[in-house]
Amino acid sequence: MKASLFQKAGMGIFIISSALLIVLLFLNKYRLTDAALERAVTDPSERKMLGTALSPMKGIAYQSGYTFNENIEEYLERENQHISSKFEITDMDIGNVISQFPGQDIQYSNEKITNAFDTTETGRFKARKLKDYTSWMNERQYESEQGLREQLENTRQNINTSIINDQGFSDYKIKALKLALTRHSSFGPVSENTTLWLVLTIGLGILGALIFILPKLKLLPGIKNDHVFHSANTGRGWIGYITGTLLIGFYVILYWYPEYMTSWMLLVDPISKVLNGHEASQWFFYGFLYTLAIGVMGVRMIIKYRHSKYHIIRTLSVIFFQVAFAFLIPEILIRLNQPSMDLKNIWPLNYTFFFDYNLSTLTSSGTIGIAMLVWGIILIIIGVPVITYFYGKRWYCSWVCGCGGLAETLGDPYRQLSDKSLKAWQIERWMVHGILVFSVIMTIGVLYTYFTGSSMLLGINTYDIRSVYGFLIGAAFAGVVGVGFYPFMGNRVWCRFGCPLAAYLGIVQRFKSRFRITTNGGQCISCGNCSTYCEMGIDVRWYAQRGQNIIRASCVGCGVCSSVCPRGVLKLENKDPKGRFGEPILIGNDSATIRS
Amino acid sequence: MKHIVIIGNGIAGTTAARHIRKNSDYDITLISAESKHFWSRTALMYIYMGHMKYHHTKPYEDRFWKKNRINLIHDYVEKIDTKQKQVTLASSPPLRYDVLIIATGAKPNKFGWPGQELEGVTGMVSLQDLDRIERYTQGIARGVVVGGGLIGIELSEMLHSRNIPVTFLVREKQFWNNVLPEQEASMISRHIREHHIDLKLETELKEILPDKNGRVRAVVTNTGEEIACQFVGLTAGVHPNTDLVKSTAIETNRGVLVNEFLETNIPDVYAIGDCAERRKAIAGRTAIEQVWYTGRMMGETVAQTICGNKIAYHPGPWFNSAKFFDIEYQTYGNVKPQLGANEDEFYWEHSSGKLAMHFVFDKNEQTFFGINTFGIRLKHECFDQWLKEKVDIGHIISHLREANFDPEFFKNHEKDVIQAFSGQYPEIRVASRQRRKTLGIF
Ligand SMILES: Cc1cc2nc3c(=O)[nH]c(=O)nc-3n(C[C@H](O)[C@H](O)[C@H](O)COP(=O)(O)OP(=O)(O)OC[C@H]3O[C@@H](n4cnc5c(N)ncnc54)[C@H](O)[C@@H]3O)c2cc1C
Ligand code: SF4
Repeated sequence: MKASLFQKAGMGIFIISSALLIVLLFLNKYRLTDAALERAVTDPSERKMLGTALSPMKGIAYQSGYTFNENIEEYLERENQHISSKFEITDMDIGNVISQFPGQDIQYSNEKITNAFDTTETGRFKARKLKDYTSWMNERQYESEQGLREQLENTRQNINTSIINDQGFSDYKIKALKLALTRHSSFGPVSENTTLWLVLTIGLGILGALIFILPKLKLLPGIKNDHVFHSANTGRGWIGYITGTLLIGFYVILYWYPEYMTSWMLLVDPISKVLNGHEASQWFFYGFLYTLAIGVMGVRMIIKYRHSKYHIIRTLSVIFFQVAFAFLIPEILIRLNQPSMDLKNIWPLNYTFFFDYNLSTLTSSGTIGIAMLVWGIILIIIGVPVITYFYGKRWYCSWVCGCGGLAETLGDPYRQLSDKSLKAWQIERWMVHGILVFSVIMTIGVLYTYFTGSSMLLGINTYDIRSVYGFLIGAAFAGVVGVGFYPFMGNRVWCRFGCPLAAYLGIVQRFKSRFRITTNGGQCISCGNCSTYCEMGIDVRWYAQRGQNIIRASCVGCGVCSSVCPRGVLKLENKDPKGRFGEPILIGNDSATIRS
Repeated sequence: MKHIVIIGNGIAGTTAARHIRKNSDYDITLISAESKHFWSRTALMYIYMGHMKYHHTKPYEDRFWKKNRINLIHDYVEKIDTKQKQVTLASSPPLRYDVLIIATGAKPNKFGWPGQELEGVTGMVSLQDLDRIERYTQGIARGVVVGGGLIGIELSEMLHSRNIPVTFLVREKQFWNNVLPEQEASMISRHIREHHIDLKLETELKEILPDKNGRVRAVVTNTGEEIACQFVGLTAGVHPNTDLVKSTAIETNRGVLVNEFLETNIPDVYAIGDCAERRKAIAGRTAIEQVWYTGRMMGETVAQTICGNKIAYHPGPWFNSAKFFDIEYQTYGNVKPQLGANEDEFYWEHSSGKLAMHFVFDKNEQTFFGINTFGIRLKHECFDQWLKEKVDIGHIISHLREANFDPEFFKNHEKDVIQAFSGQYPEIRVASRQRRKTLGIF
């Protein structure tokens, strides 16, 4: 059925509201004031330093967030140079130190360093650094001044490169400051009429989407995939490309340039304050939007598959787990001053679970923190294998998980775009298991560092592994590719090629589980609906047309193959594991025992 | 090395090729004029409706054929020379064969209606037909579908998906009433109308009228009514495609005649699938069986024979399935449109009018003969076994739950069915066993 006028109006409203949401990012202006600094930076000495460094910006109203941030960066870099030149250990300083050790056969002692510097702030800093960095040299003998000079030269370089981190603004700090300063220097229409803008963007967006979706109730219940491949959106056409590009852009801003989305944070500040008592971060905005997407598109999912109780129930389940577990409970925990945690997010999908800061928070938050830690570990070592044994990995992937939840709701219109080729399957197995191994190694490194305090494991810096993992897998793959590629490669790109938890669940499902998809005798007509609509790219027909149970590590048990099959061939079942891997049989031909 | 040439790459020809490969090292050549690769004809409607693209309908990836050393030739076979054991192709060199399998499928019936060759009129069997339908239905105001069978209802659904008003001419009293008993035929007829299809029962096509450009302008029915339309789909059944064989020594009747080993009268020439006709029909079945499954099973069987394990084609109990818009249909055993003299029936229909089951059994012995099921999926395996064991109807009703193949969480209707059955046949014992409820979840 083609969209009615009413539906088109809904789509129009939705597009307008989305456009407004983008436009909104360019409406506010930015002015750095002392009050803004006060709100953005809590540490008074840091605030003072910043105030001086950024003083040329103060009071100027910037039209664009881009120039504003450019200026922040410029002034902080300038300050960094200033700091470097002030605290840099110079040739002369080294000369002064060496002069403390006259003659041949020097015995080094870092105590003597103090004498080589004056007692200004700079002098004290330099002396302290050199003392720290050369403490290991104490008692060492140097035959000549030359030997000592070489040693100190090295030390000097090490110290000089660390000055910015110690005294100035590291890249990391600049990033954080840009976000905090932009957010608190922002003024203009969005700040003045927050509620109005919230209604015009998100509010209208929901309304438009519902106006588009609800009339689908008029269609008779049943599989309605008409025009899926004719559509420029779901058939990999120009609308799909635009949608994908916008999604990718969104994730790039979210992960790497949040300073440009501060207006969106302002928008949801009131909601954030109600829930957790704080201003909204970019993550709050993201979580809010994510939850809404699952909710609204969940309604679409339920309407689309309302002839199937299986889909209704599992869609309600993912909506529930998103709203309650991923969104509300963590916010309320913050309000209660407890460690915030998504209690259903399991390591290694939740790859920060064993990070030092998380472990410290949990272990220092009393019983509730310990309970969370224990809960998380129980899920990993008992929950996953046991529940997967009984129900297959679907209990998590298409009933509970947030990534799965988004894939099954927002992503459902794109499920048919997954690649079903054998080649894709081979790539999938290498990638997903490779990432599982990567995540395990990364976590071992992190734990090693946590317990031993040493950041080097087998010659590799564990902080490096974890930041590479966070960048490549946590952000680039799970976010940018995982959702941004919906309109190009289907809605489960992340779950299929990237998710280490899916790999773990999949290994259990493949080898030790009661779950399988059974086929109905000889009824398959090889039409291909099942394979086409498999979001995981499983060639379901390959099995169905030869009467073989479908037992695949990747199957998330969404049940759509069974729904779209026009001949009633497929059924998801939990049964006695005996006979699960039975010989393929096609019933109907009694001429001979024929193996497909 | 023996060279096996197969004409027709449908389910019959392809299955034969695959199984010959499994069981031998023979050279295999698979020829088709329709498409280079095997595609699933049963999915034709889904391409038009945009559920799938052509490439999704190919049951095997393109590299499958090379890997399995099955040569594909995309060409038309013009002639078979059974003396020289050679086939002549339209644009490739002739091919010698040691064994020839004819699997040329079927063609749409056209009963000599005036105007049946007009622009805008087509059957619906091949990819070329699909192209025509696509072309002919662009921007039209009404389409007429002639013939109330499985393909007719699919074509109606296809046009409906494009918001094209459809008039559906059906000769019988209800849709597919020549196969389905009255009860379910009327249920499906109601469902067709629910989709706003203009279903005209007991109506036949008399004539197709052209406009001045030689395109369809209207049809005239046997009631004299003229229906303006720009497209006519002829779906009044199919007949075996014997074009190629007609002029050879290979015997034909309506189809290519074969014995129980699927052999024609000429040694080393076999015929399978939609084009084949049994000299002597298997008891309880027709001599020509034109469904996907029989094509597949004949292919499996003929491959055994060709590979030296000579076996007769002996299909198990009849089964089939279809989908009428939103209502799925499966059948096991024999349910005839009219009850036989020795038959009794039990029909159950859900109040929604979307679910039904029709059981037929022996009046005296109570032996179960067959079932039609609508909107409730049933297990082939159970019914195959029950039909072979010739169990009685009481057993079937009592064990219905075991045969249920609906997805999880679907409502069970067995209790209802049992109750209704016991009401109608109080004398037949039914053991109504409550299924143990396992954990409410999954
Ligand atoms: C639209 C539609 C839907 C259907 N749905 C179902 C269903 O749901 N369930 C079911 O059981 N059955 C269904 N059927 C019937 C089923 O598709 C057929 O029974 C089955 O495809 C027959 O297979 P076959 O291999 O015998 O012949 P075909 O699939 O017809 O293959 C014959 C091939 O031979 C080629 N050929 C013929 N002559 C020559 C020549 N001289 N040179 C070269 N090539 C030649 C043809 O072009 C064709 O490609 C449907 C049929 C149609 C048309
Ligand atoms: S959807 Fe059903 S009939 Fe079609 S190929 Fe898959 S299992 Fe077979």
